Amino acid sequence: MPSLPTISPEEEAKAKAKDGTSVGSFDAPTAGSRDEATIAYYLMLGDDALILGQRLSEWCGHAPTIEVDLSLANMGLDLIGQATHLLGGAAGAMGEGRDADALAFHRDVLDFRNCLMVEQPNDDFARTMARQFLYSTWHHMLLGRLAGSKDGHLAAIAAKGVKEVAYHRELASDWVVRLGDGTEESARRMAEGLDWMWRFVPELFHVDEDLQKVIDAGIAVDPREFEAEYREAIAAVLAEAKLTVPDDQRPILGGRHGHHSEHLGHLLAVMQFLPRAYPDAKW
Amino acid sequence: MSGHDWPLWEVFVRAKGGLSHRHVGSVHAPDKEMALHHARDTYTRRLEGVSLWVVKSDDIIASDPDQAGPTFAPAEDKIYRHPTFYEIPDEVKHI
Repeated sequence: MPSLPTISPEEEAKAKAKDGTSVGSFDAPTAGSRDEATIAYYLMLGDDALILGQRLSEWCGHAPTIEVDLSLANMGLDLIGQATHLLGGAAGAMGEGRDADALAFHRDVLDFRNCLMVEQPNDDFARTMARQFLYSTWHHMLLGRLAGSKDGHLAAIAAKGVKEVAYHRELASDWVVRLGDGTEESARRMAEGLDWMWRFVPELFHVDEDLQKVIDAGIAVDPREFEAEYREAIAAVLAEAKLTVPDDQRPILGGRHGHHSEHLGHLLAVMQFLPRAYPDAKW
Repeated sequence: MSGHDWPLWEVFVRAKGGLSHRHVGSVHAPDKEMALHHARDTYTRRLEGVSLWVVKSDDIIASDPDQAGPTFAPAEDKIYRHPTFYEIPDEVKHI
C-alpha cells in the first residue's frame, strides 16, 4: 500500500504562500478609498470568479472519473479563492461592515456583475470544457496584464491568480483537443458546446463607460488590447482539435449591468440558500 | 464513459529537491499529458511535491511473487552487506 509523502507542515505552506505573491493587508481597500467605477471592476471580476467557481463545484461527485472530478473541484476552489479576495476588496471599499460573504450571499440577481458566459449551465462535460477554455484563455491574458495595475491590491490578486489560471487554460485546452480530436461523438459534443458558448465571447471584450474610466485611470486592463491575440490562441487550439472556429453570432451583452439569463437565479438559489435560511450558521 | 476505459499510470512525487521520487499511487488517464494533469490534481493539492513522474503501469516489470523465495531469501543471512558498522553523523539526513 503506497503512502503519501508527508504533507508539508502548515508553517512551510504559509511561508511558501508568502513568497511575494500573497495578498496581504497592504493597500487593502478601505471605505472611501476607491471610486464607484473601481468597485464595479472588483465586483465584475469577483462575480465572474464566484459564479464560474460555483458552476464547476456542481460537478463534484458527478464528473466522468474521480480524477476529472478533482480537476474540476480544484479549479472551482482556485476561482472561489480569487472571488474571496476580489469581493473582499469591493466590500472593504464599500464599507458599512460588508465582507465578501455579504456580497456573495446577500445580493440578488440584478446586482451581480458577472459575464453571461460563466453562468451558463454545465450541460455535458464538453460544454463545460468549452466554457472553461473560452473563459480561462481570456482570464489568463487579463490577469497577466492586470498584475501591472496601479491598484496595488488588484495587482497582487492578479499576480497570485495568474499562475492558477495558466493551469486552467492548459487543462481546458488539452480537453478541447482530446474531445475534438477524439471519437465522432466527442467531436460532435465539443462542437456543440463551443457553439453554445461562442455568442458570449464578445461580452468579454466589451468596454462600457464605467470600464473605460478605470482603464483610463490605469487600474483596469483594456481587453481590446488582447482581442486579436485571444482569437489567434483560440483558433490555434481549435485547429489542433480539428474543429472549426464557430461563426460569429449576434453578441449577447448585459451581464455586466445585471441583465442575466434565467440560469443565474437558479444558481444563486442553491448557492445562497443556506446562509439566508440560517443567518447565524457558522462553518 | 468509465475511468476503466483509460490506461492506468503510476505516480511518483519528489517531495523536495534532493529527495528521490516516491511512489504515491496511480491515476487513470487517456494519455501521458493528461496523466500528468491528473497526477497533479490528485496528488499535489497540498504542496506535497516539487516534481512529478508518471509511468504507464503496463511498462513496469514486476518480480514474480511466486519466485519470492529464490529472489529474496538468499539475502537474508548476509548481514555483512548492511552498512551497520559505520557511525552516521546526525547531520546526514535521508540516508
